[in-house]
Amino acid sequence: MANITINEKKAWAGGDKPFIASYGKLMMWFFLVSDALTFSGFLAAYGFMRFKYSHLWPVAEDVFTHFPFLHGDHPLLFVALMTFILIMSSVTMVLAVNAGNKNNKKGVILWMALTIIGGFTFLGSQVWEWGHFIHGDKGGIELPNHEIVHVVDENAHFYSLYDLVGVDSYDSHVHITIDDVKGALSERSDLALRLADKTVVSNEAAMAYLQNAEVVLGANLVRNEYGHQLFANFFYFITGFHGFHVFSGVVILIVIFINVIKGTYERRGHYEMVEKAGLYWHFVDLVWVFVFTFFYLV
Amino acid sequence: MSEQTGTWWIWKVFWILLIVTAIEVILGIIKPSVLIDNSLLGTSLLNVVFIVLTIIKAAYIVMEFMHLGHEVKGLKWTILLPAVVLIPYLLFILLHEGNYIFGTL
Repeated sequence: MANITINEKKAWAGGDKPFIASYGKLMMWFFLVSDALTFSGFLAAYGFMRFKYSHLWPVAEDVFTHFPFLHGDHPLLFVALMTFILIMSSVTMVLAVNAGNKNNKKGVILWMALTIIGGFTFLGSQVWEWGHFIHGDKGGIELPNHEIVHVVDENAHFYSLYDLVGVDSYDSHVHITIDDVKGALSERSDLALRLADKTVVSNEAAMAYLQNAEVVLGANLVRNEYGHQLFANFFYFITGFHGFHVFSGVVILIVIFINVIKGTYERRGHYEMVEKAGLYWHFVDLVWVFVFTFFYLV
Repeated sequence: MSEQTGTWWIWKVFWILLIVTAIEVILGIIKPSVLIDNSLLGTSLLNVVFIVLTIIKAAYIVMEFMHLGHEVKGLKWTILLPAVVLIPYLLFILLHEGNYIFGTL
């Protein structure tokens, strides 16, 4: 009994550190918990819409198929590379924290520099991915009921409207009308039309669907050639929000990197600031692991 | 808080994350029909595999890279409990409701 009373008095007097973690590190953790719940809210909303429109939702492999400097379809390859870049930069970040624990300034500088390079590489990859997504790939057709349908070949793979009409997709003046598509499609009996619910209708039956339809090239917040509009909106919002986290993470890392070079933490006697930035950086990697799964795999 | 010595454990976690990601990508490309045609918990077995692998990756990042596995028990559960309780709860409600709307729309 006596012991407990003494302990209680001591505890109420303050100064105890039950978590054996500094104030700054603890607050970083609490921030990350709230941020994790924010991202879960976004991903859960994405899941809600996906379940609600499950029959109309685009298939990720039809959307993310390209790899820089490679021709043809390579689904998942580019996003796998992005994942690798982010995991790699997480590893260099742990190595920086590890060097900091040993007060090894040169090690911290080396590993932090590599982490920053990794962060910029990831951001660059995301710019490429967004650029490609905005420009569009093979083009879609919007029916009067706002469902997006696609021209497909005999294997039910998307067939490019640009190839169908015979224009260059990177010509900025290119404009394809629905009459161009209808005309070209009627001469290609090997091609068919895939509806938004993924059923394929034959070439002859397709013409009835294309009455009063419109050609959609590219994706933005109002039109989306890949399929349901919400797919594009959630893609921009969630990968954009994550990308902004990566960007702010890179900025934080650069600020701390400069302080490391100036010797601020060497004078302070510990590199805990590197550890706190590291927590944030790993969190960004953690979120990407989930974005990768729910946008590209599932 | 046990201090890990050396850097070998960092590379161990790196290889685990890399291999799990590689498995995910390979499964995503070949899409084995066994996993697509069988379903579990309302989705295809393949999706369940993806989610389990994702949680394994997340656990390694949080427990090893973010060092949470080596913090004191109180801190560990303060961080983990809100996430492990609230996120599945939110997901259950929203996905269940989305599925219901799909069914009645």
